[in-house]
Amino acid sequence: MTVLSVPMAEAGPAGISRRTRVLRRLRRNPLAVVSFVVLALAAVVALLSPWIAPHDVQQTDFAHTFSPPGTPGHLLGTDDLGRDVLSRIMLGARASLLVALLAVATSLIIGVPLGLAAGYFRSWDAVISRFTDLLLAFPFLIMAVGLAAIRGASLTNAAVAIGIAQIPGVIRVVRSDTLRLKALDFVAAAVVDGASDLWVLAKHVLPNATSVILVQATVAIPAAILGEAVLSFLGLGIQPPAPSLGTMLASAQQFAARAPWAAVLPGVVIMGLALAFNVFGDALRDALDPKGDRR
Amino acid sequence: MARYLLTRAWHSALTLLLSTVVVFLGVRALPGDPALALAGEDRSPEALEAIRHHYGLDQPLPIQFAQYVGRVAQGDFGVSIRTGIPVSSMLTTALPVTVELSLLAILLAAALGVGAGVLAAVRRGRPAEWLANGLALVGLSVPHFWLGLLAILYLSVAAGLFPASGFVPLLQDPAGNLHHIVLPAVILGTGLAAIIMRQTRSAMLEALSSDHVRTAKAKGLRPRAVITRHALRNSLIVVVTIVGLQLGGLISGAVVTEQIFGLPGFGKMTIDAVFQRDYPVIQAVVLLTATAYIVINFLVDLLYSVIDPRIRVTGEPA
Repeated sequence: MTVLSVPMAEAGPAGISRRTRVLRRLRRNPLAVVSFVVLALAAVVALLSPWIAPHDVQQTDFAHTFSPPGTPGHLLGTDDLGRDVLSRIMLGARASLLVALLAVATSLIIGVPLGLAAGYFRSWDAVISRFTDLLLAFPFLIMAVGLAAIRGASLTNAAVAIGIAQIPGVIRVVRSDTLRLKALDFVAAAVVDGASDLWVLAKHVLPNATSVILVQATVAIPAAILGEAVLSFLGLGIQPPAPSLGTMLASAQQFAARAPWAAVLPGVVIMGLALAFNVFGDALRDALDPKGDRR
Repeated sequence: MARYLLTRAWHSALTLLLSTVVVFLGVRALPGDPALALAGEDRSPEALEAIRHHYGLDQPLPIQFAQYVGRVAQGDFGVSIRTGIPVSSMLTTALPVTVELSLLAILLAAALGVGAGVLAAVRRGRPAEWLANGLALVGLSVPHFWLGLLAILYLSVAAGLFPASGFVPLLQDPAGNLHHIVLPAVILGTGLAAIIMRQTRSAMLEALSSDHVRTAKAKGLRPRAVITRHALRNSLIVVVTIVGLQLGGLISGAVVTEQIFGLPGFGKMTIDAVFQRDYPVIQAVVLLTATAYIVINFLVDLLYSVIDPRIRVTGEPA
């Protein structure tokens, strides 16, 4: 888990104790522990799903369509084409997490440098703010609609649309944390010492902004998971027959009266993943809050 | 104050101009000849030539852009490739549905979110708070289109409480209209309600521990009066802020909700247009969304300075 390796340079020599304190707070919060375990399990299943899925996700079996959950050989039943629902959920979760990670990575790669620049250089602030305003004017679904019109619908385009839509949020938190850090003595000392702007940003500001970036990422991932589900459901994301929780729900909608479980299960998985990330994100934010145990 | 509003107006205008450029260039980024894309079925050389001339595609880009802005300003968004109907008249029928759905969703979300948020703050550390917090987390995590599917499956199809799809215009049959739109509005409002609840709760907690509330209590004001006064004022700010911030999510959500419930609104029009490669419609949809976002957020800022006097002094939303 990346939390363990986050450098907490702000506290200087006492940095280790801060990290230990954050970890201790997380360990003592039962919600944090449960959500972490759920996420770790989901990550393992998602990583290994191509090998541990009980059936081939594309394997149709027209003699056994709409088998209910509990059917021997098909723990969660089969869909309208007789494909194994459990296998498709496992691979679908893998796709969801992949899109979410791609999207959040995109937003961080573009958003973090812009946020740092906007907070650190006064002259850049106005330009970057207008850029943020511009991005905000295109909601992710509309962005996805535009991208799909220009480049066609795909997993990558879904991730790009979600990622672009998340850039303003990243810029906002990184910018305000940079403003805060810039006013602190150790940054001023580095500047007086003759350090270049780039050096100050890379060595002093960025490492200390990691905790807000981390919290932002844990909030952004569940939003991206929901975004992927929406886009795939609408046909703007992952294209059938590739398994995706969103497309599973889209096809289940047509047969919902006949096979209601097919409409329930993928949704439960999406919600479970998003909920685990949101709960863990809340716990992480509380644990990182220097005001500590007040909340 | 005036200076702040002028700056905001200038920024909004600039953003509007930039987004128009983006939308304009977006159509030029379409694979192949835009005239081909705009022509639809009739691809005779004469038709293509007429389209090139009508859209000024034979002119230099800056002139094309000026012509585009001129047409849009007059409400001319072109003609749907698929139906041959002017996009503007498609919008006239679709937009009221979406606006009604969104406003109802905001109202429901505000009522629910503010109520639960105040309750959670006042009943701190008791089961009511845990319940409200838990529900808010679920509300943030649930894919609301899935909730919509389940609602149709169990409330509409199985229990027959609501119509599963379709729409009746408000002016034609107000009761029937409400019957069709209330379930989609509840579904669309869930995520928003969760966000409003969490913000209201933390704003209330902060207000309750602030000096002026302590003073009010010390003066002997009844706790209920303190809570009501502050809850009302703060929650108004919270709701306005969240609606401004979450407008993009609300628009995206409306698109999906309309698709699930078969409401003939802006969202359904958008999705249909994507699959039919109806570029004039897509272009209009994207541009209008951006414009709505920018204009509404400017209005939110105006409203802010009315509700919260501090902003007039500092010039920055709190």
